[in-house]
Amino acid sequence: MADRPSKDAPAPNKDDSQKRQKDMIADHFDKLSRSKADGKKVVYTFVPGNLTELLLALDLLPVLPEINALQSGMRKKSGGYIAEAEKAGHSEDVCTYVKCDIGMIKSGNIGPTGQKLPEPDLLLLSYTGCFTFLKWFELLQHEYNCPVVMLHVPYQPDGVATPAMREYIVEQLENEVIPALEKLAGKKLDYDELSRRLALSRIAEDDLVAVWESAKHTPSPIDGYFGGVYYIGPIFSSFRGSQDAIDYYRLLRAEVEERIRLGQGPTTPDGRMDEQKYRLVVEGPPNWTSFNDFWHMFSKEQAVVCASTYTRVGGLYDQGFRHDPSQPLESLADYCLGCYTNLGLPSRIDLIEKYVREYNADGFLINSVKSCNSFSAGQLLILREIEKRTGVPGGFIESDLVDPRYFGKANIENRVQSFLQMLDARKTRMINAPMRSGPAVHV
Amino acid sequence: MSSSDFVSQVAPIKAADPCGALLQRCRTLVEDHELNHVKQWKAANPGAFVMGHMPIYAPRALVEAQGGLAVAVFGGGEEVDIIRGDSYFQSYICHIPRSTIELGLGGQLDVLDGMMFPSICDVIRNLGGMWKILFPNKYSAYVDLPQNFAQGIGGKFYAHELGRIAEEMHKFGAQKLEPEKLRQAMRDENLRRAAIGKLDELRRTEPHRCLASEAYLLVRAGGGLLAKEHAAMIEEFVLAAKKRDTRPRDNVRVVLVGAFCEQAPVDLIRALEKAGCDIVDDDFQLGMRMIEGDLDAEAEDPLLALAMGFIKKGAAVASRYIADEVKGKSLIDKVKASKADGVIFAAASFCDPALLDQPMLEVAMDEAKIPHTSFKYAENTGQFQVIREQAGAFSDAVKLWGQVE
Repeated sequence: MADRPSKDAPAPNKDDSQKRQKDMIADHFDKLSRSKADGKKVVYTFVPGNLTELLLALDLLPVLPEINALQSGMRKKSGGYIAEAEKAGHSEDVCTYVKCDIGMIKSGNIGPTGQKLPEPDLLLLSYTGCFTFLKWFELLQHEYNCPVVMLHVPYQPDGVATPAMREYIVEQLENEVIPALEKLAGKKLDYDELSRRLALSRIAEDDLVAVWESAKHTPSPIDGYFGGVYYIGPIFSSFRGSQDAIDYYRLLRAEVEERIRLGQGPTTPDGRMDEQKYRLVVEGPPNWTSFNDFWHMFSKEQAVVCASTYTRVGGLYDQGFRHDPSQPLESLADYCLGCYTNLGLPSRIDLIEKYVREYNADGFLINSVKSCNSFSAGQLLILREIEKRTGVPGGFIESDLVDPRYFGKANIENRVQSFLQMLDARKTRMINAPMRSGPAVHV
Repeated sequence: MSSSDFVSQVAPIKAADPCGALLQRCRTLVEDHELNHVKQWKAANPGAFVMGHMPIYAPRALVEAQGGLAVAVFGGGEEVDIIRGDSYFQSYICHIPRSTIELGLGGQLDVLDGMMFPSICDVIRNLGGMWKILFPNKYSAYVDLPQNFAQGIGGKFYAHELGRIAEEMHKFGAQKLEPEKLRQAMRDENLRRAAIGKLDELRRTEPHRCLASEAYLLVRAGGGLLAKEHAAMIEEFVLAAKKRDTRPRDNVRVVLVGAFCEQAPVDLIRALEKAGCDIVDDDFQLGMRMIEGDLDAEAEDPLLALAMGFIKKGAAVASRYIADEVKGKSLIDKVKASKADGVIFAAASFCDPALLDQPMLEVAMDEAKIPHTSFKYAENTGQFQVIREQAGAFSDAVKLWGQVE
């Protein structure tokens, strides 16, 4: 497929589910903009290990600073925000989500819909899988001078959630987190309401898993990375445990099942991709500042991503986890423990290997982002291990989350093309002389 | 055989300085990247367990209580050429994990039966996972230090963590943990802490008798010694330093912060001293001074007491959540206690905890009208001229205009 003459790749056409999600988000930001007038309390928190059902059960409104940062990246605002933060003394070496958020605050705190974001009444520091979260909310506390409540989620170095870990989280929830939220909400937590919301989560989670697993079909009806970041929007943010989320995922699943029936691929910047030349597994977050350009590098080559790890940072539902209304706090604890970046490197490698095999991938690619040591430290070993275990070639590219200075378009495109050419060469070799499984060369 | 006998056999003695021989022994220990002194200790203590650990803080008393030796691993510093380590890490990740991998793959850490990776940042955490893959026959422990500081919640969790690690070390060959042995190991840790306290006091009151670069060597040399031996070594130095024929210098007094994990080259510390700075307090190798007070070595439940030492007396380092305390208060207290004129923020490049903390601490310093400057380094930084000039300019400025209110 020929390259496009335009400088920036166009955004793909929107499916009905995507339009619905846009309306949901607009409605949420409307609520946020009216929160002070409506007497609603606002809680800032993070995506991995979020306790959305708990917040909704107490009628609190969540704000996710990571989502604001990535949307600033997509709206080409992040470069300016980062510059603001660096002018204020923040190091060029550290997480650009943090600097984008700080810069956004210093620039008036205008959210993705153009409305001013309300200041937090409380910072719910769910310390899950990312050390930077801890410093991020210390910085926000400095900016807002508001209370913080900490939930320390133990790490799973061996991929095992032990009873002691679960108990530690539940005790924090019971003794510190819930009392702080109740104080803010001005009412006691209704556990029946929490359970009701967890039951709603479960329904949406079932539908999301069906969407992920649809990518085992050929052609894949979804792109599990570039398209996948839209699919995770509601369930990773403010809507898990709501009827809105159920409606969205039911609609999304129906669209995907219809595409399977018709043998269609997903919508991409290059139109619908029914013909799929390469099936990939991707590790690492995407770049947000040039998101459509990045996607276009793959879609123009008919490369579809059938599974990705970034879309599991907010929950590993496809590995069997579901929220359990019969054990609400234990279930929230298990959810926090199981987020992808809370798993030790050996478990991450096992999961990627499983994806490569189960999704019948031709190759896997790591997008290593400068900003995120939680993801990035160790990725070169992941690359070697996956190649060694599966014989499937790996590719490695570097960019950043929301710092446009670290998206070298020509360099990245060059690497992606070399990687895909290597997959071609391997396919040709396998047709001519079926190759034994073994170590592959990466680019 | 004691763990310090190795150096007494090889270190030359300088007669002029009463501390010279001891400092030379320390330097030899610090530069012993082959861990020969640990090998000799192990040979003299057959079957004993040797547990390496990464910065900042690890429960060393637990290892000693199980008949073992804890060995602090601070990477390869400036002396180790990185050949394989760089192929495991991207350019934007700090230096200590790559030099630690280099040492591991090069066999220099073979003497260690296990490694502890404390929960201080994502890089050290993930290095722990890499260790499990690269060295599958060695014990590798992630030490999940609690961020909840209530005894019944974080304390209970951490005591359980310590118990788990003790049992796992036992499975890999360490002695079974017994309460009285743990109490004794905690008493020994208290001795070490008291000795380091005397060293710090000497630096604060008479910095000309003990340079920061010397204190650095003394503390770091104990990274592979038993606590009691390390305490004796420091006590010996403090006594000898008081006999030194030295005079006070016309230097500014500074507190240095941010260098708690990846260590600065000793020559960089010397460059700061030559630029006119008496470093009267610092957070180099903070693990040895992490617990700010005695462990309760007579407690009925010593495991819980060890945990509570961290919970209630752990230093306010960047990797620890500062719950209700005002950010920067701990540093301001340090500046006041050491009668410092200013603060030098010295962080390793790409060190998330230090660099994310720094803007908040700088604001606190500004509000307290404490002069400060900052620079970054890597453990293998070889050129110090720019840093020396910067520190010199800072020192001059503080002398001319600076004043802590």
